[in-house]
Amino acid sequence: MSDIPREKLYGLAAEFADTPSIFHAAEKTHAAGYKWFDCLVPFPVHGLDRAMGVKMTILPILVFFGGLTGLTLACILQVFTNSLEIDLWALVPVVGYQYDVSGKPLLGPAAFVPVAFEMTVLFSALTAVFGTLVLNKLPMLYHPTLKSPKLARATDDRFYLVIESKDPLFVRDDVEAFLQSLNPDSIIELEK
Amino acid sequence: MSTVPVHGVDNTHEDPTHRAPLVLNHDDFGSVTRDILKGNEDPKPPKSWYISLAISFGMMSMLGVMIGYLVFTGVGVWGNNNPVAWGYPIVNFVFWVGIGHAGTLISAILFLFRQKWRTAINRFAEAMTIFAVICAGTFPGIHIGRTWLAYWLFPIPNQMDMWPQFRSPLLWDVFAVGTYFTVSLLFWYLGMVPDLATMRDRVTHPIKQLAYGIFSLGWRGSMRHWHRYERAYLLLAALATPLVLSVHSVVSFDFAVSQLPGWHTTIFPPYFVAGAIFSGFAMVMTLAIPARELWGLKDFITMRHLENMCKIILLTGSMVGYAYSMEFFIAWYSGEIYESFTFINRAFGPYGWAYWIMVSCNVITPQIFWFKKARNSIAVMFVASLLVNVGMWFERFVIVVTSLANDFLPSSWGVYEPTYVDVLTFLGSFGLFMTLFLLFIRYLPVLAIAELKAVMPEADPHGHHHDEEESHE
Repeated sequence: MSDIPREKLYGLAAEFADTPSIFHAAEKTHAAGYKWFDCLVPFPVHGLDRAMGVKMTILPILVFFGGLTGLTLACILQVFTNSLEIDLWALVPVVGYQYDVSGKPLLGPAAFVPVAFEMTVLFSALTAVFGTLVLNKLPMLYHPTLKSPKLARATDDRFYLVIESKDPLFVRDDVEAFLQSLNPDSIIELEK
Repeated sequence: MSTVPVHGVDNTHEDPTHRAPLVLNHDDFGSVTRDILKGNEDPKPPKSWYISLAISFGMMSMLGVMIGYLVFTGVGVWGNNNPVAWGYPIVNFVFWVGIGHAGTLISAILFLFRQKWRTAINRFAEAMTIFAVICAGTFPGIHIGRTWLAYWLFPIPNQMDMWPQFRSPLLWDVFAVGTYFTVSLLFWYLGMVPDLATMRDRVTHPIKQLAYGIFSLGWRGSMRHWHRYERAYLLLAALATPLVLSVHSVVSFDFAVSQLPGWHTTIFPPYFVAGAIFSGFAMVMTLAIPARELWGLKDFITMRHLENMCKIILLTGSMVGYAYSMEFFIAWYSGEIYESFTFINRAFGPYGWAYWIMVSCNVITPQIFWFKKARNSIAVMFVASLLVNVGMWFERFVIVVTSLANDFLPSSWGVYEPTYVDVLTFLGSFGLFMTLFLLFIRYLPVLAIAELKAVMPEADPHGHHHDEEESHE
């Protein structure tokens, strides 16, 4: 089993066949005090993130500010391009492209609502998607867990719990014994 | 706890004490993966796929030829005239945007309402949304006359210091449809990343491995990733819900903000949104019925899914019917002579035939879904969904053409007749749509595999629960 030297060892993975096993394994691993561990699962197992002690992501806050940025930009864009009329430092006249439509006011907030709304949604959605990718450090086309063909079924029908070697509590034999106590189907070594 | 007969094929039985199974004849995750991807992994797709692709591709090429002819000749090749300046192109634009709306309804609104049956149809409904919006976007782009100046639609700084008119509904449309396309694409792609990773881990061809590998972004199924992913998915659903309502509302503003009788009504935004979802669901059904047959997806897109879709078609069809009658009532009740004339003219004027096609397809046809027999008959559903698509196209034709052709002054009335270029361009847009759709079902995961596994009873980490109560930790 121990054929990968310590400095090249990414971690140890325990393989499980069903969701209750991985759920209880994650709970026990969290309780044992491991910090650098992860579960590789083919679909989001309900409640597994809380069992692992994963903290709530800051993504919603980022999305809020993304939306706020969109809203502000949309308002500035519309007012600046269609209704602006100021003298910069009382010298330089700055005038937007003003359309006179039946004498309607150039600064009509109601008419600016749809575009402001759409830009708010657009910026929020872009923040949500790219925020997730950045927080998840994706794209990451190389990863030790992707390197091992034994873990390929993590995207199909198997569940894996990986404890990384950089965890302060990582002592190879202890971790192996601990994983063994979780009754996995097998234990897999992962090379960096 | 009593168990639900998962191996019995009929899951349309209504029993409030049991949750009906959403995946039939599968009780492990591996077989779900295999069976959904069978159509993608089969070295030779069925002959009908090749034939459909050839036909669709031919029609798409025709679209290209027609657009080329239009660009090199001018909009005179269309039947558009004065007063009917918005002929087929705008009818088609509204039709296609409307088709798209069901995809977002399924992926976002039903997600927020926790309608778990959506997982079987959301992926290809979202794909349908994107392809329909591509078709929709083509039409305003070629309708503007000087196609090569289409970028003037966007607020781009230029040497003429000229900016678009932000108080015009047509510009709101640019932003609404642009945002809609972007958000739908992101939603679709983000949802697909885990399934692309599943395909990456299964394909053997090196080029496919590379392609799926790049597009799956190195997804490895980490629960820490899933945590943020689920949050992002929820946020996107919450954002897409008001967005989809706004998009067709903004499209309806193109009409409602004008002064024209028959267009200048406040019922337009909700009426357009209901109509959009109605037509979109019909299109989902038109595509789902052959797809589940050919791709062997009957265990995932079950009769219950189709029955639920029938119910939504019945609901939205009745809303559309209500809107039609309310329009008529208000035209009479307002005492406005132009408004009253327009509506009588719609039903009994020169385009009365189109009006009655619209009413019979959109209002009468869906009423058949009051009957469970009809909701459980593939043939009835398929025919009804086709009729609804026809009816919804005619709805837009009626709205656009009748109001423009006969407005206030009889001296400015006109007659609209489409040319062959109009008709072939419209048919060509179906070619574009179907080509994209056929390529999609062959090369991308056609159902949301990860989401489907998550709604199986086996996915519950606290034992198999079939009943309503969610266990809690």
